Amino acid sequence: MTEPLPRLRTEKLSAMYGKFTAVKNVSLAFAPNKVHALIGPSGCGKSTFLRTLNRMHEMTPGGWIVGKVYLDDQDVYANGVSPIQLRRRVGMVFQKPTPFPTMSIFDNVAAGLVLDRSKSKREVAEIVERSLVRAALWNEVKDRLKASAVGLSGGQQQRLCLARTIAPEPEVILLDEPTASLDPQGTQRIEELVFELKREFTIIIVTHNMQQAARVSDTTSFFYLGEMVEHGATRRIFTTPKEERTEAYITGRFG
Amino acid sequence: MNRRAMRRFVSRFMVGLMVLAVVIAVLPLLLILGSLLLRGAGARSPAFFVSSPAPVGMPGGGVLHAIVGTLMIVGMASLAGIPLGIAAGFYCSEYNGTRLASVTRFVADVLNGTPSIVVGVFAWTWVVRAQGHYSATAGAVALAVLMLPMVMRTTEELLKLVPVSLREAALALGYSRWRTSLVVVLRTALPGIVTGSLLSVARIAGETAPLLFTVLGSQYLSFDVDRPMAALPLVVYQYAIGPYPAWHRLAWTSALVLILVVLVLSIAARIVTRQRFGRRD
Repeated sequence: MTEPLPRLRTEKLSAMYGKFTAVKNVSLAFAPNKVHALIGPSGCGKSTFLRTLNRMHEMTPGGWIVGKVYLDDQDVYANGVSPIQLRRRVGMVFQKPTPFPTMSIFDNVAAGLVLDRSKSKREVAEIVERSLVRAALWNEVKDRLKASAVGLSGGQQQRLCLARTIAPEPEVILLDEPTASLDPQGTQRIEELVFELKREFTIIIVTHNMQQAARVSDTTSFFYLGEMVEHGATRRIFTTPKEERTEAYITGRFG
Repeated sequence: MNRRAMRRFVSRFMVGLMVLAVVIAVLPLLLILGSLLLRGAGARSPAFFVSSPAPVGMPGGGVLHAIVGTLMIVGMASLAGIPLGIAAGFYCSEYNGTRLASVTRFVADVLNGTPSIVVGVFAWTWVVRAQGHYSATAGAVALAVLMLPMVMRTTEELLKLVPVSLREAALALGYSRWRTSLVVVLRTALPGIVTGSLLSVARIAGETAPLLFTVLGSQYLSFDVDRPMAALPLVVYQYAIGPYPAWHRLAWTSALVLILVVLVLSIAARIVTRQRFGRRD
């Protein structure tokens, strides 16, 4: 069986904050329609790595990279590639829910759509509904689309952010510890969604929670002190890790 | 005394001190409002608000000319001061860390601490003397200079309160930097910025010293911004230092009117902003 072409891959990618190197020489490939988990202790560089993939890292003061990131074999750091266009193809959900507080629920989901002027009001309304359905939030908010998004619970807000991210139909979704601020129920719903959404998107999820990585992901990469220590099928990483450090981390001996 | 009773006693004592502090803080405000109402509101007819002053010794007359003057001068000052202040504050927050931002911030802080009479003298030197005569425009310039640093610093502080995570969420959605700044950051801070601007409007509406050097004051209802004009603080001042008891009563009433004008302005603007910009909860 041949491996499908990766949707996203990095080549000898290092990410720096000023003089400090947070990610060292990481080469990884992410196959389409799979969930890829990045695990590792705090400060291991997994979030920084994630943020290089949609060029958010360079928005941090002092942030710069060397190496390459390819989306569908196109170098996303090449001259003439617009980070703004890139981020419409590589969506991102953050640790804390970030609904826009001045916008209604509807406007939040439509926030990424209005950038594309070609869509009519009716199309936008259809996409908003479809995105909320896919984010498993439609039934809870359909009667109050005009209400403020701040009134939703934390878990609902995070699903709203997921709906906002998938509405413009990106190819890749980056999830940066999306359940870190949620209760177990909210966490479970997000995990179920991630499992559903991989049919349409390529998903890369950073998580502190190893059980979560084991539950939702197809492949897992273990980061430690800025290095990518081990990468492979999730089941293999969690049952027969090759590296001693990986084993020590997943068995809870450090981290 | 056991520990628990001791703690309870200390707690009550401290709360008592804080309540006392609140009372002392609010007392002057209540006294001012009370005496204004007592002395100013007596026996005044609605005509006071809609008529111009009567000659000395004649009964009746009002302060319409000063209400109109204050609204026009403060209005002109706001038209210049608020947009400039918001723009400057926006720059300092968005381009925080640049040399121009630090210099601007420093200058604004100095200007904020400048006595208003100095600003009045400044306006006299650069506007009144240049034009060769007193005018409402000169007063508006002085008031705009006074409100500029207030609006600027509030805007900057409020923009900095907008969480970085919101900005990142917008950028991650494919928003350009200017769109993120305007649609998300500025928009989120807007209710606070409007409130801050209103506070500065209220502040300058009561300024007297800068107006003495610039608009001079007038006995007549005038809409000509190029000539001296009446203003409520000036009317209060002129009537209060006058020799006649009737003038003193006028001064009290004018002071009450001034406070009412400021109050009506801020309440009206708050209602408008709540309807147009408020969060939809």
